[in-house]
Amino acid sequence: MKFTYSWLKQHLDTDASLETIADTLTRIGLEVESIDDPRVALAPFKVAHVISAEPHPDADRLRVCKVDTGAGIIQVVCGAPNAKAGMKGVFAPPGSYVPGIDLTLKPTKIRGVESAGMLCSEREMMLSDEHDGIIELASDAPIGASFAEIAGLDDPVIEIAITPNRPDALGVAGIARDLAAAGLGRVITPAIDVIEGDYPCPIAIEIDAVEACPVFAGRLIRGVRNGQSPQWLQNRLKAIGLRPISVLVDITNYITFDRARPLHVYDAAKIGAPVRVRLAQPGENVAALDGQSYETQGGECLIADENGPLGFGGVIGGSASGVSDETVDVLVEAAWFEPVGIARTGRLHGLESDARYRFERGVDPTSVRWGLDLATRMILDLAGGSPSTVVMAGHPPAAHKAVCFDPQRVASLGGLDVPRTRSREILDRLGFSWRDETDGVVIDVPEWRPDIDGEADLVEEILRIEGYDKVPSTSLPRLVDVARPTLNLAQTRAGAVKRRLAHEGLFEAVTWSFMESRIGRIFGGSDRLLLENPISSELDMMRPSILPNLMQAAAKNRDRGVEQIALFEVGPDYQGLEPKDQRLVAASLRAGQSGPRHWRTKAGPVDAYDAKADALAALEAAGAPVDNLQVFGEAPDWYHPGRSGTLRLGPKRILAAFGEVHPRILLALDLKGPMVGMEVFLDEIPQPKAKSGRARPALQRSNLPVVSRDFAFLLPREMPVANLVRAARTADKVHITGIDVFDIYEGKGIEPDQKSVAIAARLQPLEKTFTDADIEIIAGKIIMAVEKATGGILRR
Amino acid sequence: MNEQLESSLLAEIESAASSDALEAVRVKALGKKGLITLEMKKLGTMSPDDRRAAGPALNHLKNKIADAIALRKTALEEAAINQRLAAEGWDMTLPISPRAQGRIHPITQVLDELSEVFADLGFAVAEGPHIEDDFHNFTALNIPEHHPARQMHDTFYMRPDDAGVRKVLRTHTSPVQIRTMLEQKPPIRIIAPGRTFRSDSDATHTPMFHQVEGLVIDRDIHMGHLKGCLEAWLSAFFEVDRVIMRFRPSYFPFTEPSAEVDINCAWRDGELIVGEGDDWLEVLGCGMVNARVLSACGLDPTVYQGFAFGAGLDRLAMLKYGMTDLRPFFEGDSRWLDHYGFAPLDVPTLAGGLSKGLAK
Repeated sequence: MKFTYSWLKQHLDTDASLETIADTLTRIGLEVESIDDPRVALAPFKVAHVISAEPHPDADRLRVCKVDTGAGIIQVVCGAPNAKAGMKGVFAPPGSYVPGIDLTLKPTKIRGVESAGMLCSEREMMLSDEHDGIIELASDAPIGASFAEIAGLDDPVIEIAITPNRPDALGVAGIARDLAAAGLGRVITPAIDVIEGDYPCPIAIEIDAVEACPVFAGRLIRGVRNGQSPQWLQNRLKAIGLRPISVLVDITNYITFDRARPLHVYDAAKIGAPVRVRLAQPGENVAALDGQSYETQGGECLIADENGPLGFGGVIGGSASGVSDETVDVLVEAAWFEPVGIARTGRLHGLESDARYRFERGVDPTSVRWGLDLATRMILDLAGGSPSTVVMAGHPPAAHKAVCFDPQRVASLGGLDVPRTRSREILDRLGFSWRDETDGVVIDVPEWRPDIDGEADLVEEILRIEGYDKVPSTSLPRLVDVARPTLNLAQTRAGAVKRRLAHEGLFEAVTWSFMESRIGRIFGGSDRLLLENPISSELDMMRPSILPNLMQAAAKNRDRGVEQIALFEVGPDYQGLEPKDQRLVAASLRAGQSGPRHWRTKAGPVDAYDAKADALAALEAAGAPVDNLQVFGEAPDWYHPGRSGTLRLGPKRILAAFGEVHPRILLALDLKGPMVGMEVFLDEIPQPKAKSGRARPALQRSNLPVVSRDFAFLLPREMPVANLVRAARTADKVHITGIDVFDIYEGKGIEPDQKSVAIAARLQPLEKTFTDADIEIIAGKIIMAVEKATGGILRR
Repeated sequence: MNEQLESSLLAEIESAASSDALEAVRVKALGKKGLITLEMKKLGTMSPDDRRAAGPALNHLKNKIADAIALRKTALEEAAINQRLAAEGWDMTLPISPRAQGRIHPITQVLDELSEVFADLGFAVAEGPHIEDDFHNFTALNIPEHHPARQMHDTFYMRPDDAGVRKVLRTHTSPVQIRTMLEQKPPIRIIAPGRTFRSDSDATHTPMFHQVEGLVIDRDIHMGHLKGCLEAWLSAFFEVDRVIMRFRPSYFPFTEPSAEVDINCAWRDGELIVGEGDDWLEVLGCGMVNARVLSACGLDPTVYQGFAFGAGLDRLAMLKYGMTDLRPFFEGDSRWLDHYGFAPLDVPTLAGGLSKGLAK
């Protein structure tokens, strides 16, 4: 919402400065977005009298002028063809910044003649492109006066952001009312006289859609002369960014901004009676004033005549029935449209207009008649003509609202103790009426405030005028002495997993929750996950997995020459649209080399075991029982079938999947391998067992030395080593404390269908050091158990 | 005879060039069948007088030889170490083996900072689904279907289901307010951080971003508490003694009265400094929870009241840590993550400070 300072002063008698007004507007909730004060740029430019203009001795086209600036006589060399003795012009003294030539003036010599300052053209002041000569002012312009003031260019433009609840502030009069309530002067909005009219209105108006348009007031004005608006009206509209069109249209625009009262004017010669307000059928054609043609979808509120639609009521008028310079008889419309229908019509057809903006937020329903009379007054004054009586179809909707109000609520809800009399004063000034009833206070709400819904709204009105800054800051009562933990298990786990994975050398990424559906489908995404209005076709599906986003980020990193890529994300994936379908997943992706080239540490390409390590690190950090997990194959399809696995608690409960990304998927996404990744499904990790206390079981420490024994077994090549380890580990649960796999060998010296696996068993004696015989017994148990479980035999 | 033995043994000890040679001398002198051992054995066969004469001399010899061996042993060991050290020089200017260090994303870091501060104020962290229904995202928040505020949200919609119902991507974290109030009875103190979605894209808007919501519901919470709470956390978060806040009246359908909050700031050499100076910076929206929202959640607005606030989590991170563009937050660019990310062990605490400035 834009308006000018002088426009405001027509509604508000105040001596407050522009700065005070701006600060107050923001303070009371009408946030100032910008102030454009042309006086600042035009300040140096003053009215000056050219006393003499003699030819320059050394240049035919230049003149040497003596100029009376009001502050002295100055000599100026001027090149303008129209510079002549006796004229009044616009003078910029030395030191002025002239925006049109981007120059700060200094006293100088032009072809040897001293010259100080400049007589200016419009272009030099950036007022227009006019540059045929310097500005000639009226002969009675006072010497030394501000040019901005003389030219009516001294009116600052204020732009404020109006929240959707304040349609009343979409008119200058409403803004003035708020400012007056805040103590910045007195409302002087001119009263509007009722104009009865000179003859009956010959145009009938009928409403077939009372829900959409309960009231429509119209009147004919005969014999108008439509043409350009007077300069003051054009200036005002231009100042707020509106293009002056003709006096009749300009008046409706003016009243829209002056009183938040949209109107419409029809050329009576171009409409057929009766004017009918009805809902559109699908497929009707509306040729609108914006030059576009719109096909109705059905249900839009139309103003129509017997020939068809004249426009979308309350949104935009039609081109065929619009006024022009030839218009002689004009039908003026002041109606009230139901906000929901207006919003729908506007949205369906992408139509933005000042009328729509106001109607969909709520126009004062009582403004129908006075709006029409105000328009009539202005038309009669500016375009002449003779008014008919008013045709009032329908009835304004009942708008009276009363709210019970406990004045104590200002303190108990608003936190500020405002005296009752002061509350009453504020509400009075805003147009509310305060009634002391036997069972409490009742506040009558003015019709221009459709937003007032209850007590809290009144508290806000009082607080915002009194000043939010006056509400004293109060500490929240402390609920406990020392703060208690507030994170739930999932949050604590997610935090621990993030820090652990970062500690493992991975960079935490946060990527879109959406992805390209082509890719999403590869990762199990169904059509249910598609967005109806994606921001782009590359982000049109909710991600069924985090991995592809990390893969694409990895590829971009690689394009920039990064050789070791290690990313992770802990966040949601989406298996469906229900809350339960949103899973919390920790995913990691490594690509390229496992480390930089180094003289001491040999790095190679990342492999599936790196991904397994990341998965186990995440699981361990989240408190999963990692010792009890079993590794299965059967990872999802996007993993390499021979180099992937799942980590499960029992056969069904999958806590993680990991592996090398399937080469076919790398091909499909045009990515370079190898890439390895993992996904840990944090929601699947069981709750920790409830323990009675935090104390840990007593530690059993033996003073006897641990003994290590090595074994090498020949196993069938396909046999998982995990089976061997488990068999060996459990061969003697009392003494065996650990099994380390330290060598895997296939090749020369071993049958092709076999592999050699070397393990070290750590043995802990309990009561006395082992004798050789003790160790032989345990070794025998290990060899037997391994053979039984895997068919593996000891290499001798 | 002892003198001769002594001098010959001492000479052998002195000339022993290795610990093995020295050990041979020891065995020769003091071993079970060593020269001195044999002499000692002879003492038993002597007369008491002879023994009195020979005994001490022999003992003296034995001790002298043992000491000499010990001395020589130390000298040999010393020489061996010196020799080893001379051969064991390394170039310690060589680079160490790389130990990969990852980074924590600024959003996580800032969220951890907020969790820490709000835990002290007694706020739990609540969450909710990203794919929401109309009721939680709009209707229960007093944003009816045709409300102009709905259009201001640039909502993403999912495709309608078979019944024609369209889910939305939550446009704010406020639906978590609704879920919380439907699930638990007051007193309520939560923050609800998380992903939010709006169809918008430029340097400071991305189609996905993060908000943090706050909600306090009790019997006698008023706007002064809102101010006090915001002042406490903004001061703690920006790590200044006390931010100065400016409350501007505003409008949100789910709060009444409503305000937008600016905090004071200064620009110095292009850098933003929060909590100093007299420029204003908008940081959040807030207000007293609208009675209609309480009613929609089954709470009696004549009994319960409270406040809510919502701020951009990414924006808070940008303000605190100096990023000027939001888009790289979501690109997974290692260079950006390395530069703006945090060391994994740099966990914000109240005792140690939210940002410690130790590690990069």
